Amino acid sequence: MQANDQLTASQRDELRTIAGVMIPASSDYGVPGADDAAIQADIVATLGRDRFSVQAALDHLARLAGRPLAELEPGRRDAIVAEFRATGGVPAAVLSRVILQCYYRDDRVLKSLNLELRPPFPKGHQLEQGDWSLLDAVKARVPMWRRAP
Amino acid sequence: MNDPVDVLIIGAGASGAAVAWSLAETKMHILCLEQGGWMKPSEYPSVGRDWEARLYGDYSPSPNIRARAEDYPVNDDHSPIKVVNFNGVGGSTVMYTAHWPRLHPSDFRVRTLDGVADDWPIDYETLAPFFAENDRMMGVSGLAGDPASPPTSPPMPPLPLGRSGARFGKAMNKLGWHWWPSDTTVATTDYEGRARCINLGHCTPGCAQGAKASTDITYWPAALRAGVELRTHCRVREITTNAAGMADGVVYYDKDGIEQFQPAEVVIIACNGIGTPRLLLNSASGRFPNGLANSSGLVGKNLMFHPYAQVYGYVDEPTDSNRAPPTCLWSKEFYESDPSRGFVRGYAFQFGRGVGPVFEAVSSEAKGILPWGAEHHAVFRKLNGHRLAISAICEDLPEEHNRVTLDPVLKDSHGIPAPRVDYTIGSNSAKMMAHGIARAKEILEAADASDICVNAPILHGGWHLLGTARMGTDPERSVVNEWGRAHDVKNLFIVDGSLFVTSGGVNPTSTIQALALHIADQMKQRLANLFD
Repeated sequence: MQANDQLTASQRDELRTIAGVMIPASSDYGVPGADDAAIQADIVATLGRDRFSVQAALDHLARLAGRPLAELEPGRRDAIVAEFRATGGVPAAVLSRVILQCYYRDDRVLKSLNLELRPPFPKGHQLEQGDWSLLDAVKARVPMWRRAP
Repeated sequence: MNDPVDVLIIGAGASGAAVAWSLAETKMHILCLEQGGWMKPSEYPSVGRDWEARLYGDYSPSPNIRARAEDYPVNDDHSPIKVVNFNGVGGSTVMYTAHWPRLHPSDFRVRTLDGVADDWPIDYETLAPFFAENDRMMGVSGLAGDPASPPTSPPMPPLPLGRSGARFGKAMNKLGWHWWPSDTTVATTDYEGRARCINLGHCTPGCAQGAKASTDITYWPAALRAGVELRTHCRVREITTNAAGMADGVVYYDKDGIEQFQPAEVVIIACNGIGTPRLLLNSASGRFPNGLANSSGLVGKNLMFHPYAQVYGYVDEPTDSNRAPPTCLWSKEFYESDPSRGFVRGYAFQFGRGVGPVFEAVSSEAKGILPWGAEHHAVFRKLNGHRLAISAICEDLPEEHNRVTLDPVLKDSHGIPAPRVDYTIGSNSAKMMAHGIARAKEILEAADASDICVNAPILHGGWHLLGTARMGTDPERSVVNEWGRAHDVKNLFIVDGSLFVTSGGVNPTSTIQALALHIADQMKQRLANLFD
């Protein structure tokens, strides 16, 4: 069975809703929300070893909400989300992490942060030397380490 | 049955590689059994767009999270600091930051100088030539002349200070406190077949460039050329002994899971502070009912971790973030004892350049400083790429109740009992951490940082696994003698971090490898009467 077959339709709906609550789209920054279809597809496709925790978190959320989160009026939804974050434990933390790790590797999001769309290898990065004269004051100090008998 | 070997080494990590290389010149038949396999740099996280996410999965530093076939589980439920390590050729040098301090002369005379714990049976001068030899083999970059450290001669120039290092340097100068560019085993020039650092930044979970020294690319190629045999995916279950009480070999599971017996004249354990006591305790027999080499009762006891107190904040200018090796400086302003501080011994600071966007988002959300909802984006842009972090690496004193035992239930994939860790942070360490947190906040304030956060201890911060088979001259107060030979079994040696009598307040890998080279040297000098 493929990883993207692991979540039920209702779990996927809840995942999309909670992700959108967590990170909504922003026209100010020109970025999608975490409920964006491509980001959701990335999350679902790469759940891997996290899928059981994510399922547990989504089931916990569904129990708290009593009905699909998206159908709740905003005030009630916010209260449920707050309760979920307070009581969700490790599964809720895993759910937050998988949303964030996929959101912050999306090309549109990285572009908005002026980050390059590539892995670190093989290009690497440039690192400026910095001001080595700052060390002159330290070089002038007398030895500080203790000699031992 | 396998043909007998002269020397059998268990573990191909930092110390196993060093001792194998050093002993190779004897031309004895040397075999190393390693439970993991060879790493493939082309598969390290930094080659893919999911480079940060893999730190939470197959490249987690926690063996319990990583859960690869070569990992064994550790019950660390009874410890506020969780064990981290890596299993494979290179061991935890595959997954370390390459920060490269060494113990100070005073660290070997803790009882004499400060009236606590015990002195080591050897001194700094004994290890000095092996520190130098190890620095050459691992390839160290750094700047000689640090007034707070014993003299070193790094063969390569230091890493650049970068934006983060310069900002820290200004802050430390404002306070009048010591700082220095840290020695590192990240190569700043091409070195012995290794390519120079190109600032991938994601150094800890394996360096795809090969600039970071891990023993799979430093000691092992040389040891294999010299004739050492390395057998991978072989997990040792127990060391066996003969009627005379000498080690006569090991029982292990090969890559196909088949039980094998490997006879040997000499057995060397290089499994570090959790794996070594686990193996000794799993080697209990009628003659050694409390575990092998455990007549002192100290196998597994005196576990020392180095509790880390991490403090970080955010500055207005961009930092180096994830675009350079993660640590840049150290400070030993508070390393040597000063009774006026309210604790004995001391700690070093290590300074972090910053983190990548996913780590920033995940850690800040968990910390409660990155909100959900419409404000998320503005806050993230203030945090991302602006973090400066400081960690106080605190000396842990040996306490017998901090220990490794065998878990009565938990087993690895071969059915071998897994280790259980029981550990609490001692009162001296707790005072030291509080001092370090207060000073780190002063440093960050001097750097004009805001939104200061504290992680103390770092939960998954059990990188340094020390003290669980300590060396000493008294068989009732130590497991091995001053050259690594077990008091109880005269052809059994230990060469890893479990030897440490005290922990010092710095990362231990340099000292672990110097110890391994020292023990190998002693063995070579005593070949004619090694078992006397």
